[in-house]
Amino acid sequence: MRPSRSHDHREHPLSSLATILPFATSEGEGFHAPTIADFFPAPVLFEGSFLEVNRLQIVRLIAALALVIFMVLVARRARLVPGRSQNVVELLLDFVRVNVAQEILGKERARKYVPLLTTLFFAILAFNLTGVVPLLNIAGTSLIGLPLMLALWVYVMYLGAGIRAQGLGGFLRSNLFPPGVPVFMYVLLTPIEFLTVFVLRPATLALRLMANMVAGHLMLVLTFSATQFFLLEASGAMKVFGALTLVSGIALTLFEVFVAALQAYIFVVLTAVYLNLSVEAEH
Amino acid sequence: MDTTILAEVNGNVATIGYGLAVIGPGIGLGILIGKTIEGIARQPEVAGQLRTTMFIGIGFVEVLGLLGLITGFLFS
Repeated sequence: MRPSRSHDHREHPLSSLATILPFATSEGEGFHAPTIADFFPAPVLFEGSFLEVNRLQIVRLIAALALVIFMVLVARRARLVPGRSQNVVELLLDFVRVNVAQEILGKERARKYVPLLTTLFFAILAFNLTGVVPLLNIAGTSLIGLPLMLALWVYVMYLGAGIRAQGLGGFLRSNLFPPGVPVFMYVLLTPIEFLTVFVLRPATLALRLMANMVAGHLMLVLTFSATQFFLLEASGAMKVFGALTLVSGIALTLFEVFVAALQAYIFVVLTAVYLNLSVEAEH
Repeated sequence: MDTTILAEVNGNVATIGYGLAVIGPGIGLGILIGKTIEGIARQPEVAGQLRTTMFIGIGFVEVLGLLGLITGFLFS
């Protein structure tokens, strides 16, 4: 039974909106806005033990296996006149080598780092794309662990490259005390540079990748669960909004494919830039 | 004494935090991409180089907006 509204006949204009969008209602019914809990699903295998596996880790394993199998198959069937899949892979390999590595690092130095950059690019692309693959539906990079590991790899690589190229002292001097600056400015500049080189670079690499994937996943879940809610549970004319959210969900899916490629590209470009900054001594 | 409430904000003001957090990066991206387009229009032969530099800049600007998203979840 509905509570009587005898005390107030004029309905508040916002109360109708509140009844069609019950954001946190009880079980089963109503609209469920996506939360951050989506990224911490319950374990499905070996629960309670050290080898505990949840949905996200299975998605990562599937993505890694799919990438390896795909690359092995393409490499084994490599022909002088490339087929369709070989064409795509060669295009991407060429893109990383020429448009990223050689353009930023220069032809000579690029050769050493092409394997690193290529591995990063393909791995991130594969793990990002699981966000739009049906049934997997979550990006492998949307928890901080995987991006953090990749960022730490880059961190070790650019520190090592810098120390090898300039020696420990030279590397620290050229990064922490950039030349051509009045001496008293080092009071300000050196802490900032220290923070940038040793903390901010790897941290932002990892955070950027993860946050993009988290945001993308939340947007997709929001649009599609809103579609489900509007079509099945909303009343009357509200069902029309279902079409709107469905179309925007499909558009956002395509946008997510673009973001997946863009983030892989940005990660690799920044890696190349950081390597370049460590290797070349500032004058 | 009677008080008349004309407008009321329920819940947490942090709800609009992300909206505020993306204003700056939004302006930044606009300037960054607009200037790159300008540069490409003036000198189409360096388009590739400009585009790479633009994406590096986008990486730096974009992370500011995303930090707004992250802190929203961290301190919720």
